[in-house]
Amino acid sequence: MNMMSEAAVEKALDQKMNDSSYKMIGKDVSVYYGEKRALFDVNLNVRENTVTALIGPSGCGKSTFLRCLNRMNDTIENCRVTGRITLDADDIYDQNIDVVELRARVGMVFQKPNPFPKSIYENISYGPRIHGLARNKADMDQIVEASLQRAGLWTEVKDRLHESGTGLSGGQQQRLCIARAVAVSPEVILMDEPCSALDPIATAKVEELIHELRANYTIVIVTHSMQQAARVSQRTAMFHLGQLVEENDTDKMFTNPDDQRTQDYIMGRFG
Amino acid sequence: MSTSLILLIVAIVGLAGYGIGARRSLAIAGGLSSKLHSRPGYYGSFVAVCAIVPAVFILFVWLVASPAVISSSIRGSFPEEVKAQSEAEQGLAFGMITSIARGMNVLSLEEIDRIGSNPVELRSALGAKGVPLAGDPQPYMIEAAGNLNTMTYASRLAMTAVVVVFSVLGAGLAYRRIAPRFRARNRVEKVILVSLVVASSIAILTTVGIVLSMLTEATRFFTHVPAWEFFFGTVWDPRFAAAGSGGSEGQFGLIPLLLGTLYIGFVAMLFAVPIGLFSAIYMAEYASPHVRSTAKPLLEVLAGIPTIVYGFFALTTVGPFLRDLSSQLNGLVTGDYSNFIQAQSVLTAGFVMGIMLIPYVSSLSDDIITAVPRALRDGSLGLGATRSETIKRVILPAALPGIVGALLMTASRAVGETMIVVLAAGVAARIQLNPFEPMTTVTVKIVNQLTGDLEFTSPQTLVAFALGITLFAITLCLNIYALYIVRKYREQYE
Repeated sequence: MNMMSEAAVEKALDQKMNDSSYKMIGKDVSVYYGEKRALFDVNLNVRENTVTALIGPSGCGKSTFLRCLNRMNDTIENCRVTGRITLDADDIYDQNIDVVELRARVGMVFQKPNPFPKSIYENISYGPRIHGLARNKADMDQIVEASLQRAGLWTEVKDRLHESGTGLSGGQQQRLCIARAVAVSPEVILMDEPCSALDPIATAKVEELIHELRANYTIVIVTHSMQQAARVSQRTAMFHLGQLVEENDTDKMFTNPDDQRTQDYIMGRFG
Repeated sequence: MSTSLILLIVAIVGLAGYGIGARRSLAIAGGLSSKLHSRPGYYGSFVAVCAIVPAVFILFVWLVASPAVISSSIRGSFPEEVKAQSEAEQGLAFGMITSIARGMNVLSLEEIDRIGSNPVELRSALGAKGVPLAGDPQPYMIEAAGNLNTMTYASRLAMTAVVVVFSVLGAGLAYRRIAPRFRARNRVEKVILVSLVVASSIAILTTVGIVLSMLTEATRFFTHVPAWEFFFGTVWDPRFAAAGSGGSEGQFGLIPLLLGTLYIGFVAMLFAVPIGLFSAIYMAEYASPHVRSTAKPLLEVLAGIPTIVYGFFALTTVGPFLRDLSSQLNGLVTGDYSNFIQAQSVLTAGFVMGIMLIPYVSSLSDDIITAVPRALRDGSLGLGATRSETIKRVILPAALPGIVGALLMTASRAVGETMIVVLAAGVAARIQLNPFEPMTTVTVKIVNQLTGDLEFTSPQTLVAFALGITLFAITLCLNIYALYIVRKYREQYE
């Protein structure tokens, strides 16, 4: 019965994914670091309630593209972005868009777990507090609990919410960072190789979590692991030398890609 | 032969040893340095070390020991009636002998022949050459001076020979030990290690020596004045140390000085901390690399200005300005144009010292803020926090222990500052709380007590050491506490 309903949910989600319009649209996106060009006119769209995996060899521009989606590139000196990226039809590089508001809508999880040197509770409540999402302490407690539940961390940490977040294990820290991102109720969550610093067991937990998060969020994930891309994503985009090589359904990508370079990369012939 | 010439010879032997040793090792290995245990340079260095270190060691021992040996031999040859005199008079006699000996080296041979052993003529002849004698020398002194010169000459000659022979011998022995499996590198590195240890222990031993000397002098002070009168006395009035009086009629209360030190330091920190911290935050978080690369060195130039310059800036500019400002303000409000801020005041000294401390606060805090991992910044910005929220809620809390440590170190500088206070706050030791009045600090009083014509046995001068050790204890505690906090902070990210 349970299996049935899960399968039904999956099916409904896939249906929704195919029906829905694009959550984010990237058109002719190019990025320059000073004189060096890192991305060449990338056209890539992100579908709602979908996990989109970005793959490709190191230095191919996949992380750069990811960081364009919530303008984290703004924090890098000499970085210039051209082209157009929209979130629900709003141009995110428009003068009128507040980058702070954008980042509240498009959250980010980093490669290395980076909890603040504060308590677990304060790590989660940080985002909601600065955005004024909670009316009172009870509200905040509820947001913290819900976020930790979502990240599958609640049962592990509920008795030590006021201990330091840096005292957790690597995998727990990364799930804490995911919970922290979730607490702001973003629409899109960007993940930059979230499992590269984790052991296989912690990786499995995070992947499971990504799978569950898909029901409520749109997720874009950069990964170096082909298996991970195949396991967690529905759409996959392959980057090479700053260019988008191919973007396709994950199933098709890993069985019968359109581009020879994708085939070679997936088979491990380069990169 | 002069000592520096001997050192030069030893250095040349060492240098030659280096070249020969390196070449020899290569020759043994048939030109293939890979067959050797160490690089050829290490064999060369080994020869050089063996040539230089023992020779220089012998040289220094000889230089220290030979005057002592010669002096005891000369004193041993004094006539019986001189030996019967007191130790101090024998010392005077020996001093005269060394003067005569030095003078005889200046005189030409004919002059010595002419004078013979006529004491009066000798004295006038030496006086003409610029070597004054305290009295007419006695005949035995002239003879002893001759002996002294001969012995010194012989000792020099022997020393030169021994040192040079040891240098060459060391080089030769080391040269013979060169073999492909000989571990030259390990030995040379051991020598380097020892020299590093010696260098660092010199600094530590000097500090220990200074503390010990201050302690002994301070103990002498406390035999004149009871410790509780010093530490809890509220009146500072040391009077003058008249020679011979040795009286302890002055009052040596530490409290007014300590209060002045802390008060002026506090006012200085009041100016330095906010300005320094804000400039550090701007430099670390907001400034573009271009601005940062020019502004930061400029700010640090402030730290290079000698404090005496700040002192006369306070004396000639800030003090009069504050005084005139206060009189104008007073006039506008009450119609009475008298100044309520003295030219020399706690405020003037604190303000100028604060300016001096700004670069310390900002430079140290800037380093600490930039040391906060970039990941934390990204994490906060990625959640939609603004830059100022990130600084207030993530970066500053993470950097806080380090910043506190930096502030404590700055405070210990403020406590130890002298020149600014002398010129800007005056020398009046008083207990009061008005920042517009002059006060003085521990350091100023140390300078006061130790300048001028002094007798180093009176409590008036010895009190300086008691003050010094108190100040040292305060700054030491501040620094240790600061280091403890900084170290704790450093562990946070590991």
